[in-house]
Order: sequence, then C-alpha cells, then structure tokens
Amino acid sequence: MKSGKKRLALVGVILLGVGAAAALAFTAFRQNMLYFFSPTQVSAGEAPIGHTFRLGGLVETGSLKRHADGLTVDFAITDTAHRVPVTYSGVLPDLFREGQGTVALGKLGPDGRFAADEVLAKHDENYMPPEVADALKTAGAGPAAVTGRTGRLP
Amino acid sequence: MWTWLQRIASPPHFYRLAGRLVPWLAVLTTLLVAAGLVGGLGFSPADYQQGDAFRIIFVHVPSAWMSMFIYVVMAIAGAIFLVWNQKVADVLAGASAPIGASFTFLALVTGAVWGKPMWGAWWVWDARLTSELVLLFLYLGIIALRSAIEDRRNAGRAAAVLSLVGVVNIPIIHYSVMWWNTLHQGPTVTKLDSPSIHLSMLIPLLVMALGFKLFYATTVLMRARCDLLSRERESPWAEEASRS
Repeated sequence: MKSGKKRLALVGVILLGVGAAAALAFTAFRQNMLYFFSPTQVSAGEAPIGHTFRLGGLVETGSLKRHADGLTVDFAITDTAHRVPVTYSGVLPDLFREGQGTVALGKLGPDGRFAADEVLAKHDENYMPPEVADALKTAGAGPAAVTGRTGRLP
Repeated sequence: MWTWLQRIASPPHFYRLAGRLVPWLAVLTTLLVAAGLVGGLGFSPADYQQGDAFRIIFVHVPSAWMSMFIYVVMAIAGAIFLVWNQKVADVLAGASAPIGASFTFLALVTGAVWGKPMWGAWWVWDARLTSELVLLFLYLGIIALRSAIEDRRNAGRAAAVLSLVGVVNIPIIHYSVMWWNTLHQGPTVTKLDSPSIHLSMLIPLLVMALGFKLFYATTVLMRARCDLLSRERESPWAEEASRS
C-alpha cells in the first residue's frame, strides 16, 4: 500500500497538471476568445478604440490601392454589412487578394482609418483544382455557392 | 463475447494475437501511405488558391486527426483500466501516449510550415492552434506522470485520471473554429453537408488518414508487446515467449 505522502504527491501532480493546462487555455482564450473583431463589431463600438486589436473580414473587391512607394497599400475590410478602411505598409502574404479573408493587427485612428502593423491572409475551407474554380466562375456562381459553404464569414 | 474479451485481455493471449497482427498491419500501412503519397503529391491537382503548397494537407490533416483519435483511445483504455483493472488496457494506454504526442507535434510543425507562406505567420494564438498546443502539453504531462511514479499500477491510474480530465480538450479543438473567430479556417471534411474538397483531393487524403491509423495500430501493438513482456518477465509465459 502506498504511503499517504505519496498519494498526496500524486494528487498534487495531477492538480498541477490540470491546473496548468486549464490556466494556459483560459488565459489564451480570454485574450483570443475572439481572435479578431469584425467591421460590424467595430462600428458598434465593441472594439477597443485606441488599443491594438485585430480586425478580420474580407478584402473589399475594388478597394485595394498601392501607393507610389510600392510598399504602402490602402484597402477596406468588409463583412458585407460594414466596412473599415485600412492602411498598411509592408509585405503582404501570398494569399492576400481582393475578395479573400484577411486579419489585420493595428489601431483604429480618430479618422476611422485602421492603421495595420501586420496583415495575415485567411483562407476558407474549400479546396479544388483551378479548372473547377474557373468552371464555377463562368457558371456565375462563386465556389462557395456550389460547395455549400454555410455563409459564415471567415 | 464477454469470455472472448477476457481471453484477449489476458497478457499471453494479447501478446500472441498482437504478434500475429503486426506484420499484416505493417504491410497494409506501407501500401496505404505509399498510395496516399503518390496520389496526393502526384495525381491530385494543385489548388485554385494555394497552388502546390496545399499538398502539405496530406500530412497535416491526418496527423491532426490522429492526435485527437489517439487521445480518445488512450482515455478510453485508461478508463477501462481504472474501472475493470485490465492490465492490457493500461499497457495500450501507455504505449499510445508517445505516438499521440508525436502526431500532435507533427500536426503543429506542418501547420506552422503551411501557415508561414499562406497566412504570413508561423504561429498565431488563435483558439485552434492554442488548443492543439494544450493537447501536446497534455500528452507530455501524461508521459512524465507515468515515468515519475515507480509503481506501474499507480502510474497507470494517475495517467488514466489525467487523460480523462484532458478529454475535455478534444471537443474544444474540434469546435474551436466554429465557436470563436479564428485565423484557422473551418472544417472541410467533417462538415455535415458535402465536404468542401474536390474528390480528386479527398480520396488521397482519406487514404493517407487510413494509412496513419494503421501506422498507429502497428506501432501501438509493437510497443504494447514489448511493455507487456517486460512487465510480466517473472511469469512462465513471458519466459517462454522470450526464449522462442
């Protein structure tokens, strides 16, 4: 039979392990429960104005403009209900393009323009060959419409 | 059925049965993984958005599935050991932990390698990535707990309790992409409606997933046989088995 001390140590180790894992999870989730805010949340004033936060949504089609320096870009992030104009200076990821999902980290200025320090691309859960995507496009339906995407925003 | 189960659960029977299964499982694993790799890297078309870079999916997704599958198997085996005191269940749970940890590590590393070119970041603290990292820590904690306790039976009980507590993380990992805004995209294959992946990509993916499952079956049985032999080294059957 094991001694009381050993049993106590055993319980301690388990509690410590579970505690550490749970603490880690909850700290991470509290800060990132929402990894990003949507333009609708921003316009509703839910985003922390004046602090750094992440803004996520689709890059509005036709909104992408490059400045003369070749590095600074202007675009708008939209969730189809609201839009937030964004300025970013830096290298964009490969998948960054109009109509695709994106998550930008930065601050909202007093003029309502979001100054991004970091821009990440977010892709959706659809995978298909280019020919199929082209066929869907010419058929007038986005890939999402045909593959049955739930219409959830990225 | 019950007597059959009890026969399987007796160490010498399990040892012999596993020994007979391993070669077949190993051959099937090799065939399936080879077929999946050739199909995924050779025959499957490039993705319309990500080009050839998406092909890491054929390692990343099966690894991530296995990391969760092995955890559930380990927790169930742990529960069986706690409740019915079956030694073979404990041996299987102990043999599963390092394999599961390896798959979790593989899923995290391939995910980082995939994330850098596509998202623009190796790592982000979103709910999916963080909960998968917690899974790795759970595996490591279970492995450490097992080796920290001298007595095999107590070590098995403690590890079983910890793995049962950690099971709460498995649905969190799966549903994280639906419950919270994450950078990681939503589920592709396990959606209730049709999977959002073209059939020419889905088939090699599923072949790889089955190959990975059989790889786990092969290695867990091999590890369990070794462990069983070492635990039962005093008993006549083990002496006989190690001589032959």
